[in-house]
Amino acid sequence: MRKKKSTQRSVWAETWRRLKKDKMAVAGLIFIGLLVVIAFSTMFIDIATNKAVYNDYVIKQNLRMRLQGPSPDHVFGLDEFGRDILLRMLWGTRYSLFMGTFAIVFSVIVGSLLGAVSGFYGKVADNVIMRFMDVLLAIPSMLLATAIVAALGTSLTNVLLAISISYIPTFARTVRASVLTIKDQEYIEAARALGAGDGRIIFRYIIPNSLAPLIVQATLGVAGAILSIAGLSFLGLGIQPPTPEWGSMLSNARTYIREGWHVTVIPGLGIMLTILALNILGDGLRDALDPRLKN
Amino acid sequence: MEKEKEILIDIEDLWVKFSTDDGVVKAVNGISLKLEKGETFGLVGETGAGKTTLAKAIMSLIPTPPGEITKGKINFKGEDLLKCSDHRIREIRGNDISMIFQDPMTSLNPVMRVGEQIKEVIEIHNPKMSETELHEKVVEMLRLVGISEDRINEFPHQFSGGMKQRVIIAIALACNPLLLIADEPTTALDVTIQAQVLDMIKKLKQKLNTSMLLITHDLGVVVQNCDKVAIVYAGEIVETGNLREIFKNPLHPYTRGLFDSIPSLTKDTRRLKPIEGLMPDPTNLPEGCNFCPRCKFAKEECKTKNPAFVHKEGEHYVKCFLYEEGK
Amino acid sequence: MEDNKELLRVEHLKKYFNTSSGMLHAVDDINFSIKRGTTLGVVGESGCGKSTLGRTILRLHEPTSGKIFFEGKEINNYSKKQMKAVRKDMQIIFQDPFASLNPRMTVGQTIEESLIIQNIYKRNSEGLEKKVVDLMDLVGLSARLRNAFPHELDGGRRQRVGIARVLALKPKFIVCDEPVSALDVSIQAQILNLMQDLQDEFGFTYLFITHDLSVVRHLSNEILVMYLGQMVEKAPAKMLFANPIHPYTKALLSAIPVPDPDFSVDRIILKGEITSPIDPIPGCRFSKRCPRAIDACMDGNLPVEEVEPNHFVVCKNYEFSKGGKV
Repeated sequence: MRKKKSTQRSVWAETWRRLKKDKMAVAGLIFIGLLVVIAFSTMFIDIATNKAVYNDYVIKQNLRMRLQGPSPDHVFGLDEFGRDILLRMLWGTRYSLFMGTFAIVFSVIVGSLLGAVSGFYGKVADNVIMRFMDVLLAIPSMLLATAIVAALGTSLTNVLLAISISYIPTFARTVRASVLTIKDQEYIEAARALGAGDGRIIFRYIIPNSLAPLIVQATLGVAGAILSIAGLSFLGLGIQPPTPEWGSMLSNARTYIREGWHVTVIPGLGIMLTILALNILGDGLRDALDPRLKN
Repeated sequence: MEKEKEILIDIEDLWVKFSTDDGVVKAVNGISLKLEKGETFGLVGETGAGKTTLAKAIMSLIPTPPGEITKGKINFKGEDLLKCSDHRIREIRGNDISMIFQDPMTSLNPVMRVGEQIKEVIEIHNPKMSETELHEKVVEMLRLVGISEDRINEFPHQFSGGMKQRVIIAIALACNPLLLIADEPTTALDVTIQAQVLDMIKKLKQKLNTSMLLITHDLGVVVQNCDKVAIVYAGEIVETGNLREIFKNPLHPYTRGLFDSIPSLTKDTRRLKPIEGLMPDPTNLPEGCNFCPRCKFAKEECKTKNPAFVHKEGEHYVKCFLYEEGK
Repeated sequence: MEDNKELLRVEHLKKYFNTSSGMLHAVDDINFSIKRGTTLGVVGESGCGKSTLGRTILRLHEPTSGKIFFEGKEINNYSKKQMKAVRKDMQIIFQDPFASLNPRMTVGQTIEESLIIQNIYKRNSEGLEKKVVDLMDLVGLSARLRNAFPHELDGGRRQRVGIARVLALKPKFIVCDEPVSALDVSIQAQILNLMQDLQDEFGFTYLFITHDLSVVRHLSNEILVMYLGQMVEKAPAKMLFANPIHPYTKALLSAIPVPDPDFSVDRIILKGEITSPIDPIPGCRFSKRCPRAIDACMDGNLPVEEVEPNHFVVCKNYEFSKGGKV
């Protein structure tokens, strides 16, 4: 094995360097970055203007001008209530992005813990946890989410909960697989020989080495969660109007397709591009984190 | 009593480099060698010397990019392997030229039974063989490498490292190739198995007149099996000759250092004599002689000039200023 | 200082693994003791159980039966907590210098781990950094490599890290599981010298597991030869090489390729099937391949005979000539 120049690159710096080379992944990253900036900016504006902009432009109806197509004044046109679609898209960014992320973060934490315990202790614990995961997986995620929301009510929290739960099995499985592989590696044995206990081994040795597949899954998971949120809104179970969530925008515009293509197409495109960007980024991350290049 | 020497493979001035993020790795820097039919040619050197790259170049297994063969020819059976079509190369691989790789742990398909993997190579090159014939050949190969027949349906992970290597050797020899390239074939094997396997390879070699390019760092193995030897350092051959010439009269300081650093079975040494330092960084080879920084006999000219081959006797050539003609 | 005191003793040690094809007898009834400050070499073919033996002694595998005595105390019954304390004195250097290091931890962090786990130093405490640098210096690693990751180092340096982290605990007993097999020849020599120097300076006791007979001869005081989990012969190093008695040992020694074209030896090429360690045949497992096998070999009980002082052989039909043939 050749010795690399010891400029002491950490594993993450290496990964970043490799990621930068994948033009598509970088494009995806830039797009997501842009969305994050938009989301924070709109939140800032709301705080600064005490929701004045929101109330006056985003949700205020103007029925005389309804369904007007794209024009110099309103780049994306107006929706069925005469509201500016561009502004609604911008204000709606936070729901898709942040909700998607929060849902997944919760999923990741619960799923990883379950997966780690399952993989590490095996036998009974493994069986019980994995069978439970199987049950969750057997139910189509949309149905599961629908059932939870229908039972508990259509609040933001419940929607997030529903989506999180449906993603837990994916992360549990990913982490379990990593743990099973890593558990038998010699450096784990070496740690035991030093006298390290289970806790230390799981948190300092196994989990840091399982992050790669987890990060990739999580990125893709956010994409999926966004789609789920949009889907739930589409079914009327998610965010309630007049909140400008992209999925509900799409749903409510259904009946007006013939009168104005822009009312459905714009939100649809927004969702599509976001999912695409996240998927490309996820793919890029998977390649960048590939340990094959370490050898 | 010299049989007519038929050259099986003739490597002419081969240069291979790899473009990596860390720089350009100069893996092979002008290696030439001729391998005769029926001969075992030993390539001796340590990790990073370029021996595996050379072997892979013969098999057209250098990924391009990042690798690039910048110069040279590899003549085999009247063809330049570097210019052959993909189709022709695939015909040659496994059938005319076989290779055994260095790492037995990753050379076998983990989800395919061992018998299947041996059968596969025979099937590819003998599409008309019947199932029974194939099975017989597989059993024969297993027996040849010392694996009991009842393990034919087991998976690689059920074998120890040494056993895996034996399976790999079985696969390599299944089609009776003309040339066997063996890259550290017995490094992972125990001495008795090593003796068995080398003995087996020797017998097969004699029976079928198979030639072998044996890459190894084990000087004992070289002595027991090779007719000719070349010592490789930093992508170059620094010394070459027949067996007796090299072992009875090692000339190059690296060769001598190598011989000195091995614990002896017959002599008692309190401390070993390692060669100080490490092999040079292939992205940053020294000016002049590659071995100069570690050489006890280095002179001024070694730092700036790269020595040329000097013919000492018979087939013995060495690349070192210490032995220049007339000095 | 009691130099000749026994540090480790192993009695009837067995380790079996339950596999889907049957019971794998990895280590079967091994007995030996090692004196403080000496090296016991363990040699044998792959699958003979030498690695398993090393790990079982450290209870990285739980022994199936048998006793392990460390400094006179029976440790096979120790609780997790008691074992943790003992581990400070019983350590292991692994064969694969890449696989045995956590890829996400730097050299410095890896060495620190030993000290922190065994409560010799607390994380971020004063003196920890200096201790790490001192250790790196002792094993010949430059201090600037402290923040390097394993994948940035070559095999030799990685192995030095493996040695440093063991050295940090100043253990009394170290199992060396093929520590130089994965290294280049010239690096092997450097590492072997280092291990020898450390033994001279700190009085370590080594259990040196290897398949390389020239290395074991160089480094060991005594050698134990194993075959498929069973002990076959045990003798002081020079005696074993000068006068091997067990037919397997003889075959083993005759099989070593010597790098001298004029050196010739009657090669004993072993024939026959390698028997399986799973539900093994009764008696001597080498009998199927042994040129001197007799019916009694498959009987079951295997007597250990002290053929000459300190030279033990487990064989019912050996050929002994005092002084031996070279």
